[in-house]
Amino acid sequence: MRPFRRRRRGGVFAVFEPGEAHLLVSLSGQVVELLKDRSGTDAADDDPLARQIGLGGPSLPPEDPVLRRLLPDAYRDDADDAAEFRRFTERSLSSSKVNSAESLIGSLLDAGLGLADVDESEPIEVELDAEGVQAWLRSLNDIRLSLAVRLGIEDDDDLELLAHSGDDTIGAMTEIYHWLGYVQESLVDALD
Amino acid sequence: MVDVTTPSSVEIHKPESLEAVELEDPWVTLVWNDPVNLMSYVAYVFRSYFGYTDEKATELMLAVHHEGKAVVASGSREEMERHVQAMHEYGLWATLQRSGQ
Repeated sequence: MRPFRRRRRGGVFAVFEPGEAHLLVSLSGQVVELLKDRSGTDAADDDPLARQIGLGGPSLPPEDPVLRRLLPDAYRDDADDAAEFRRFTERSLSSSKVNSAESLIGSLLDAGLGLADVDESEPIEVELDAEGVQAWLRSLNDIRLSLAVRLGIEDDDDLELLAHSGDDTIGAMTEIYHWLGYVQESLVDALD
Repeated sequence: MVDVTTPSSVEIHKPESLEAVELEDPWVTLVWNDPVNLMSYVAYVFRSYFGYTDEKATELMLAVHHEGKAVVASGSREEMERHVQAMHEYGLWATLQRSGQ
């Protein structure tokens, strides 16, 4: 991968190996699925009128800890206020995250990533405009949050512990987590 | 004609506490520390969303990092709800509450 850099004529670009690009598509796709599963489940509990005008969403926080991190409570010490706020805003928060993730996938496909042929060897050069930058920043962050929850990263010491984990799967996930941080950092740096 | 120099008999009561006459809005947006969000990203969000200077954004980011949380905005409840929603869209962990809490 060649990290994000600013172009003189505007916009930013980065180059990904096909495997890296596929990984980004797969992880973003998983975030999309998770969010879509959530927005599909609570439909039966909704007030039909509120649903019709696009307002009512679930009022209880998700059970899945990843979703709970992506769609957190807005009120820390007041469950009623948190429920009320969630009911009116979760759907829009969730669809904004879905849009960002789908936009990230779209920019990799537009850049020539073929989903059928995994053995392709051509690097994928992604160029982002201002809107694309926002989508990438946000969805890279959502993927990192999701991985962090799955890896049980709750403080800086946990990262230290993961570095010494003997488990191959955890090792691989941790490596991906750090790589995503590197990609995101390079994108933030390119904006300065 | 009214004699304006006559002292009024109306007593002005002093408020019990100064807090009662504070004009500041009673709601704040808090951003909480987590080990996932990159420091550069958090500062970027504070700059680009709130329009804070580089210095102020960095100061707030460091406060979040070192103190576990920081008040990043204050104002009406509706305004703070919008900010919290925006922070959640960025993936930052934010809540709102009354400033006295």
